Amino acid sequence: MRIVFEKRQNVSRIIRVLVPALSLIFALIFGAILLLLSGVDPFTAYAAMFKGAFGDSHAVAETLVKAIPLMLTGLGVAIAFRMLFWNIGAEGQLAMGGLAATGVALYASDLLPGWSIVPAAVLLGMLAGALWAAIPALLRAYLQVNETITTLMMNYIAILLVSHMYHGPWRDPEGYGFPGTARFPEVAWLPRLYDRAHAGLFFALIAAGVLWFVLQRTKWGFELRITGENPKAARYIGINIPKQILTAMLLSGALCGLAGVCEVTGVMRRLQQGLTVGYGYTAIIVAWMSQLNPWGVLLVAFLLAGLLVGGDQIQMAMGLPAAMGLVLQGALLFPMLGGSLFAEYRLRVVRAETQEAILPQQSLAKESE
Amino acid sequence: MEALNFSLLTSILTITLRAGTSLLYATIGEIYAERSGILNLGVEGMMMVGAVAAFAVGYHTGSLVLALITALIAGALMASIHAFLSISLRANQVVSGLTLTLFGTGLASFLGQRLGPGGSRLVGLVGPSLERLPVPVLSQLPIVGSSFFNQDVLTYGLYALVPLAWWYLYRTRPGLYMRSVGENPQTSDAMGIRVGANRYFYTVVGGALAGLGGAHLSLAYTKGWTENITGGRGWIAVALVIFAMWDPLRAVIGAALFGGINAVQFRMQAAGTTIPAALLNMLPYIATIVVLVIITWWETLRKRIGAPAALGVPYAREEKG
Repeated sequence: MRIVFEKRQNVSRIIRVLVPALSLIFALIFGAILLLLSGVDPFTAYAAMFKGAFGDSHAVAETLVKAIPLMLTGLGVAIAFRMLFWNIGAEGQLAMGGLAATGVALYASDLLPGWSIVPAAVLLGMLAGALWAAIPALLRAYLQVNETITTLMMNYIAILLVSHMYHGPWRDPEGYGFPGTARFPEVAWLPRLYDRAHAGLFFALIAAGVLWFVLQRTKWGFELRITGENPKAARYIGINIPKQILTAMLLSGALCGLAGVCEVTGVMRRLQQGLTVGYGYTAIIVAWMSQLNPWGVLLVAFLLAGLLVGGDQIQMAMGLPAAMGLVLQGALLFPMLGGSLFAEYRLRVVRAETQEAILPQQSLAKESE
Repeated sequence: MEALNFSLLTSILTITLRAGTSLLYATIGEIYAERSGILNLGVEGMMMVGAVAAFAVGYHTGSLVLALITALIAGALMASIHAFLSISLRANQVVSGLTLTLFGTGLASFLGQRLGPGGSRLVGLVGPSLERLPVPVLSQLPIVGSSFFNQDVLTYGLYALVPLAWWYLYRTRPGLYMRSVGENPQTSDAMGIRVGANRYFYTVVGGALAGLGGAHLSLAYTKGWTENITGGRGWIAVALVIFAMWDPLRAVIGAALFGGINAVQFRMQAAGTTIPAALLNMLPYIATIVVLVIITWWETLRKRIGAPAALGVPYAREEKG
């Protein structure tokens, strides 16, 4: 007997929902084993995580605080991934956005009218993120330099640069030597909705709406999808691929930069350690789990943010490592990745003697255990 | 004056070798995986898990041999996740590898906070470490003596591994199979070479070597476990594979170059330079980009792409390539 993969004619909707759901269950079981090994009752831990993330309005606010940067970077990464440009530089683009916004908040607040500070910080931050993304984009578009490596190296450079700025030139002179800039003047604060949840949520909602429209309804969105799915066809129908890469990456970097702006002006209100805590990497998971769908990005970002906040909660309440959240994320994505096979293929058990005769060409045969 | 220059040169060479060792293990491992057609971007995560596993086992058992074996197994287990996903389940290799790095980083950090005595943290503990073992006679040679022949076991291991890896890849039949499944899986399959089995094997071997590279960090280079111990070395290794054009011998030049940058940066900081530390710390990352650009540009000029043709492409027998 052999197990055979057959290509599905059309992907069923049930599978699309079933795969993420089963992946979630798998991740929770894997996490439960780790928790048991640490001597903690997994049900208590999960209940505490859930309560800490979604239990009341304060918890939801904290989850939103983490969801907003994940939404923005997730959307940014999703655009790049659409055309199979592996932008794993969201973290660095976020850092540069935050850096530029800090510059505006610290040095333009006295020069420009108060109402213009936040918009200026937003624009400059997006620009900084876009320019940081443009370097690997140009290298890939015109010199075919592998973008996975360059975007990642740019992260390390950006993070070191940001840390240099708040340790050195921009350090608060009245901060008793504490590494970090002075608190921003009030004109440079992004408005908050309630608790620490801030107006960045609207940026994320608008960005998702615009992206959905652009990808589904415009010529540019169509060209972007073609370039990603079939570069050869794209070249035949006259799409300028280097230009596509560049515009997609500018947009991607701008959204990641915006995430950084929101972090410094909405959450921290100064630049200090804690700007780059890995949102840009989690964004990759967000983008992939949402199958690059903008609305899906928002939903997945919210759920993963809950996982992170819940992880922090059990760290504080039970003394468990916060890295639990990261481990669960990985455990969540692995089965999702594997599960995508079952969305495209159907498993069939075939008897050995008939298998060769019936499916000589279109079967990937594997010996069953 | 002459003696001073000699000692400076010796110290730079010594640090270069020490800093380059973990890189070279990981790079050779990734060269093997990629030669067989599997792009594994999880090197950073595999090194991280190797580092924490080696240190924890070394600390509790006091045995360095057990520590190194654990690192090999830990790296191999991590790589087998990627192998299963990308070979058997044909998942996207870029995303699967990235996930492996995220997962490995999280898992290592989790373990680092639990594996100390009585479930405490590993950070700050002192365990057994790989000490330098001077080779009799040879270590007395000027310059090369105290740099090349006064190192730890893992660095000596490279003196054998590098030529062996090259010989295996280019001069043996299994090496030929490895290259052929990476270049043209369809033809290899038709010739009766087991594409999947080969890819599984070299991906796992690559992971084991990455784990060993991680072990060098926690047992010899930093002598202890710290959060984010690899500091992007896994990613530099992925870049070095391209730099080396998938050739283990050329990987030595790359690892030496990056180890050398580390050494120079270390010396400059020790000498009390006025250049901010952050800018010096950027050097390896900037150098990676610059080198990658030059290599890619040069390769395109020569119209000879060294990458295995089927790199990153899942192989499914029923689909035409």
